[in-house]
Amino acid sequence: MFVIQFLMLSAILFSIGVYGVLVRRNGVLVLMSIELILNAVNINLVAFGTSSGLSGQVFALFVIAVAAAEVGVGLAILLMIYRNRRSIDIDQLDELKG
Amino acid sequence: MWFLTHAWLIPALPALSFVLILVFGKKFLGPTRAHYIGIPFVLAAFVLSLLTAGAWISRSNDHVETEAAAMSGVDAKCSEIAAAADKGPEVFEASLAGETKASPAATTPTEATPAVEAAASEEHPSQPVVRCASWWQNDDSVFTIGTIIDGQSVLMLVVVTLISLLVHVFSTDYVNGDRRYTHYFAFLSLFTASMLFFVLSQSILQMIVGWELVGVCSFALIGHWWEEKPNSDAALKAFITNRVGDIGLLIGVIILFFESGQNWSVLDINTKANTGQIGHTYLLVASLCLLTAVMSKSGQFILHTWLPDAMAGPTPVSALIHAATMVVAGIYMVARLYPVFFHGLSISGSSVNAMAVIGSVTALFGALLAFVQKDIKKVLAYSTVSQLGFMVTALGVGAWTAALFHLFTHAFFKACLFLGAGSLSHACHHSFNMVDDMGGMRKVMPKTFKTFVIGTGALAGIFPLAGFWSKDEILAGTGGLNAANGTYTFALIMLLLAAFCTAAYMTRVIWYAFYGEYRGHGEPHESGPRITVPLVILAVLGAVAGFANLPKSIGGWKLPEAISLRFEHLVEPVGVFFPGKDAGFTHAGFNVGLALLSLGVAGAGVYLTYLFYWKRALKPLEGLAERNKLAGAGKNILVNKYYLDTLYTTIIVGAIKGPIAKATYWFNQNVIDGAVNGVGRNAVKAGQFVYETIDQQVVDGAVNGTASIASSTGGGLRKIQTGRIQQYAALFFAAAALLAGVFVVVIG
Repeated sequence: MFVIQFLMLSAILFSIGVYGVLVRRNGVLVLMSIELILNAVNINLVAFGTSSGLSGQVFALFVIAVAAAEVGVGLAILLMIYRNRRSIDIDQLDELKG
Repeated sequence: MWFLTHAWLIPALPALSFVLILVFGKKFLGPTRAHYIGIPFVLAAFVLSLLTAGAWISRSNDHVETEAAAMSGVDAKCSEIAAAADKGPEVFEASLAGETKASPAATTPTEATPAVEAAASEEHPSQPVVRCASWWQNDDSVFTIGTIIDGQSVLMLVVVTLISLLVHVFSTDYVNGDRRYTHYFAFLSLFTASMLFFVLSQSILQMIVGWELVGVCSFALIGHWWEEKPNSDAALKAFITNRVGDIGLLIGVIILFFESGQNWSVLDINTKANTGQIGHTYLLVASLCLLTAVMSKSGQFILHTWLPDAMAGPTPVSALIHAATMVVAGIYMVARLYPVFFHGLSISGSSVNAMAVIGSVTALFGALLAFVQKDIKKVLAYSTVSQLGFMVTALGVGAWTAALFHLFTHAFFKACLFLGAGSLSHACHHSFNMVDDMGGMRKVMPKTFKTFVIGTGALAGIFPLAGFWSKDEILAGTGGLNAANGTYTFALIMLLLAAFCTAAYMTRVIWYAFYGEYRGHGEPHESGPRITVPLVILAVLGAVAGFANLPKSIGGWKLPEAISLRFEHLVEPVGVFFPGKDAGFTHAGFNVGLALLSLGVAGAGVYLTYLFYWKRALKPLEGLAERNKLAGAGKNILVNKYYLDTLYTTIIVGAIKGPIAKATYWFNQNVIDGAVNGVGRNAVKAGQFVYETIDQQVVDGAVNGTASIASSTGGGLRKIQTGRIQQYAALFFAAAALLAGVFVVVIG
């Protein structure tokens, strides 16, 4: 019944996250936006988890752990990119252009 | 019997000598002693031949009653009829009647049986000894090589080895110091071996081999002094003229082989021809083809032209060629396959046939040519042509024994005359021109003179020398006066004219060579013993050889059996492989009138020539050719040898070289090359078309099309490959959103 509010929140967060990923040029902000998307998913998991035991919350914890690792790797990559190029502008990383 | 079954040794000895002389002659003996090998080997072959002859004589005295028993000496694996005889008289009779499976050509089997009975009743069948070995085998046809010993081959063995031996001895003096002395003796050996191999031939295939070997050796020896162009030309002419006849030989042999049920054996072919198992048409064609071979090998008219030119070789070689080897091969071949000719040419009861005509024309025309020759050897060469004509005529009229008897006597006196001519030229600084370089030699060369006169007498047919008996037998055999096999009056007249000419031209030779003043230069001298001893031996044989076949009765005076017709008894075969009485084969008796006529003709020839040259009594005839147009034209024809050489070299060869060659060239250039070039051009065009249309457009088009499609697709897709992650992410999210929308619509 009031799951809908959580879902709305989650959808708003997700949309903000997607917007951030698609639009921001700063790599760190892109990472942060990804975190937003993940957290939107977490909210969803927890919200649906209220009607079906604890597994939703357990999955949310897993996602937080994986997200931490992902941010670790992501920041390391960004650091290396900054060292090589003195910039973390995502737009400039178009070496794979066909 | 050992000698009869081991006759292969006789040709093997000179063949071995040939190899030894070639391998060791020059190296170990030096350039002048090749005869140290040659003479012992030929002597051994001669002794073996004599022993073989002795064994044959004793064998022919062992009478057997039946034809089948007479086959006991024939190796069954070399002859179908011998194999049939081994299985008993019934099988033998059946095989003669052509009832075996192997003889599909059986046409008139009834003819066979009476011949056998008649032969068995009166004359004892002769018992040939045949031995053979497998030469090679192809599938189920076995080709055998072997020896056949009967009177005919024994006769030739003795004659060939004897003449060859004397020629060897003569040559040691005559070609002494020649630069190719070793080579000369090697080829003499091979020549002898080839001829012996030929006369012993048990199969007609082997006969061809021997025939060709003889041809090769004659080529090598005629061209012995090949540094001079005429000599090598003469050798080539001899060889090539013989090739013309060889084609006939091949065709004839092939016909006989297939028509006798694929059989090479001489005995079988003869038997089948005799018993009517080979059709008459085949026999006729085969005998005409073989006759062509005889015309070339034995120098019969129109193919005789090589024989006088063959005088380019050393004189002893000429003696060997003319007396024993080479030219008599043709006569021997006809005699060996006589049933083929006898039935093929229908000799019996006829009055004309191809062989008799060719022989008698050759006899007269050859003799006429001898009159205009200055070269003593050429006179003798034309005389050989003429005498071979006698032999061929004899065979053509059915006088088989007379032909071989003449061959036998002719071998001695002709070898004697040739060696005599060699002795003369040896004395006269190697000139053979009797008109310009000889004369008066009877005083300086008494031995040569005497032997030459005896040889001349024998050749002219003067009683009682050898030629008289053999020539008379041929004349009687023509049956012109007393019907024998047929009545060949034409042949008789030609031969009598030829006999007249023979006597006349030989007397002319004697005049030029031995009488008058010496016209050459230097001091002529008698030749040494190595030349005169063979001459004396040959002259003696030439004088007495005629007694080998004395007639049974001379004008009512009967001769004892022991000395009459010995030659006929020993040499002439009796049996299924030879035409018998029932086939119409008969012997002409001695005819005193004919003998006197031929003697008179010969005497007239000698006497007229004597009057003309010695007495100068025939003044009106002297220089007739210059005064009388007709006589001049006649002489012109003779000097130009009937224009046969012109015919061959100018017309036939000239035509081939000139217009025919040009036409062939044109045809080659335009038609054949045109076709080839046309094909080539069209192939190029087709290739071009394939290249341009199919390869370039279809195949390459497909490949390039694929590539360009891939390239343009790639180019199109490249545009969305920006490398910008956020764009990818946008697409990703858009797709996900779209998918989500689809899910909502579909599920919801």
